[in-house]
Amino acid sequence: MTTTTMKNHFAYVSPTRRRVMGFIFLGLGIALWALFAKNVEPGVETTFVLTPGGATQELPDWVFPSLPMLDILAVVCVGVGGYQLARGFGKRTNLMLGMAVALFIFGFLTWATSGGTLNLAGLFRSALVKAVPLTIGALSGVLCERSGVVNIAIEGMMLTGAFTGAFVGSVTNLWIGLLAAVLSGALLGTIHAVLSIKYKTNQIISGTVINIFSTGITSFLSAKFLQKYQHLNDPGRFPTIEVPVLSKIPIIGPIMFEHNMFVYALYFFLIVLTIALYYTRWGLRTRSVGEHPKAADTLGINVFKTRYLSVILGGCMAGFGGAYFTLGSVGRFDEVMTAGRGFIGLAAMIFGNWNPVGAFGAGLLFGFFDALSAKLAILKVPIPSEIMLMFPYIATMIALAGVVGRGQMPAADGQPYEKE
Amino acid sequence: MSETERDKPKKKDAGKIFLEEAAKSPLTVTILAIVTGLLLGGLLVAVTSEDVYAAFSDSPWEALKVGANAAWKTYQALFNGSVGNPGKIIEAFRGGDPETIRRAINPFFESLVQSTPYIFAGLALTLGFRVGLFNIGAEGQLFIGAATTVTAALFIKGLPAIIHIPLSLLAGFLGGGLWGFIPGLLKAKTGGHEVINTIMMNYIAFRLSEYLLRGPLKNPEGFSPISAMIQDSAKLYRFFGNPIRFHLGFFIALLFAYLLYLFLFKTTWGFTLRTVGLNPRAAKYAGMSIVQSTVIAMFLSGGLAGLAGANEVLGVNYNLALAFSSGYGFDAIALALLGKSHPLGVVLASVLFGFLRNGATQMQVSAGIPIDIISVLQAAILAFIAAPAIIRTIYRLKVPELDIDAVTLRGWGGN
Repeated sequence: MTTTTMKNHFAYVSPTRRRVMGFIFLGLGIALWALFAKNVEPGVETTFVLTPGGATQELPDWVFPSLPMLDILAVVCVGVGGYQLARGFGKRTNLMLGMAVALFIFGFLTWATSGGTLNLAGLFRSALVKAVPLTIGALSGVLCERSGVVNIAIEGMMLTGAFTGAFVGSVTNLWIGLLAAVLSGALLGTIHAVLSIKYKTNQIISGTVINIFSTGITSFLSAKFLQKYQHLNDPGRFPTIEVPVLSKIPIIGPIMFEHNMFVYALYFFLIVLTIALYYTRWGLRTRSVGEHPKAADTLGINVFKTRYLSVILGGCMAGFGGAYFTLGSVGRFDEVMTAGRGFIGLAAMIFGNWNPVGAFGAGLLFGFFDALSAKLAILKVPIPSEIMLMFPYIATMIALAGVVGRGQMPAADGQPYEKE
Repeated sequence: MSETERDKPKKKDAGKIFLEEAAKSPLTVTILAIVTGLLLGGLLVAVTSEDVYAAFSDSPWEALKVGANAAWKTYQALFNGSVGNPGKIIEAFRGGDPETIRRAINPFFESLVQSTPYIFAGLALTLGFRVGLFNIGAEGQLFIGAATTVTAALFIKGLPAIIHIPLSLLAGFLGGGLWGFIPGLLKAKTGGHEVINTIMMNYIAFRLSEYLLRGPLKNPEGFSPISAMIQDSAKLYRFFGNPIRFHLGFFIALLFAYLLYLFLFKTTWGFTLRTVGLNPRAAKYAGMSIVQSTVIAMFLSGGLAGLAGANEVLGVNYNLALAFSSGYGFDAIALALLGKSHPLGVVLASVLFGFLRNGATQMQVSAGIPIDIISVLQAAILAFIAAPAIIRTIYRLKVPELDIDAVTLRGWGGN
């Protein structure tokens, strides 16, 4: 019953927000027309390839005239905006926002590809691959922060996981390397937990300690050993597995089900974590500790134990995400190879509203822009890829500012708990 | 029982009383944190030394000796690299050749050169901490400050140095300030936490400077993403000949430390900012504007970080490259905490870190120890400073009655 009342509570959309959203939809529609439709010659065609590179099955390319498509998209966007201003979509507002943005991006691609060819399926596939470390990082954040411990150490935990995975994986085998990566993440998670729960250190400082330490120790050990003894840095990679049946689905199959183990692990974690957080006793307890530790304590929940468990699990998750870099993607460790992806994971967590599925959505969006920035040069679009790569950060800042609805962060996030 | 306890202090000798008093001082924890960090660093060197494992076949005792020796040699190289080799310095002065003397004393001055951006960035973090704000974006502000500085120092021509240098510094201050102002405004107006926003601003700054260095700011004659050399009139004065790079920036940094001290502790504005930092509710009740304080503090903090970038451009590199900062903005977090968020403390901590970093560069060359060990040391010191209870447990210190914590920060959800 509580969940239904909560849902009703969130479904309420204030008149101001309704209007702001309406103008955003209208603006997107007008931008589609002014930026893209006006700059396309009539009669030019857009070609989207629907078969990712190296896929086994063939699908005909999707060819359509650019201008009418852009006009349709613009009209739909303006229509949606008009309806939103007049009546409002109520609780489906955010869904419509997502759709409008998707239409806008589709319009952008149509315009950018007009007169050319773009491998759309390859773009989505690459977006999904790029979303994997971001989303796993974000899930690590979700685990920690749902119990009320801020985790800006995702980056450091992932970096250490990447190093340990590569090193142990080279000495033994891939699976033991993966296990070692997870354990190294757990170790850092434990340090973060002890510092921030037992010693009540400021959690942001504690996270910074772990980030600095991880950068230092992995670079130190890498310079000292991995660069000297190359065979210690050659773990190999997890092979690509085609899921039977599912990989035969047209378009979706090659995009989603022809990957290595990490992508499937991501699907698995998403489902498990969503169920665990929202439909189990453990999840309810963890969330209550993150929202109101005192109340949880009064009801007999061990706040410290819950937080320790969550932070250590979060560390495991980040360590797993780190292993992706060495064991899933590159096949070797390079210094500071995570390159801020842990922080984009943090951003994805915030953008995804501290929710596993939301984090995946945000990860996909950020991954998409990452993948797109690589394609822009080929498409000869006059937008520098660096500007494109800023998108995740700017989007997160806008989301955090509450322009499109205030996020629901755990209420006690970042506050040490003192038992009285 | 109470009588015997009361009698006890009389029997103690002066040395013991001094030790007990010293144990209560917050400075003791700081010093012990640094010492413990250095010891851990030595341990890391010993543990990762191949010779130690080779010596294990003889006897564990031998391995211990080899390990201790390796750590000792490392720190010796660190000292020679950061202060100078005492033997060489004496010899150079005896010889009397100015070039040789300059070479011998160069490590000391180079350490001060390294300390300068640390001072600016540390001050930036300090100002934030005093207002209860965690400006994790110093690194990004530093990049933007460097970019605006190089723009002013490169494209404005024909000015005398006395105008051009302050103008370039001001450009850096404003550039960094803008990068701090945005998260400050977002924090004040929407409540978006400054830690998240400054992290995001960091990456926007990195991407932006990549864009600038591949496009508008790139040296048109070169191929790599590096700007052209700045005008001579914008270069900060160097006090000695080559190879000593010690420049005016160090004293400008000291001046700013003093100004920040005056601002924080001797002006009404500073009082307001500190009150907001210690207790925003009380500040609000007393009629102080939290919105205004937050925005001003983030702007000034960003400006100080921008000056760190400006200093590197005008005093050291004379141009802007992609990777000109080795994480000064992130190291500054440790500096501000180590310096107990006090300008004087920050200056001392910055000088210490400047010497460590410069020494480590030499250590890498002469002892083969990767420079990254400095980050490990730093993380350990930072952990001990942030959780003094660890140090107190190790050295069995008593908890002081009044535990002053200079850092007051709030979590994500905090107002």
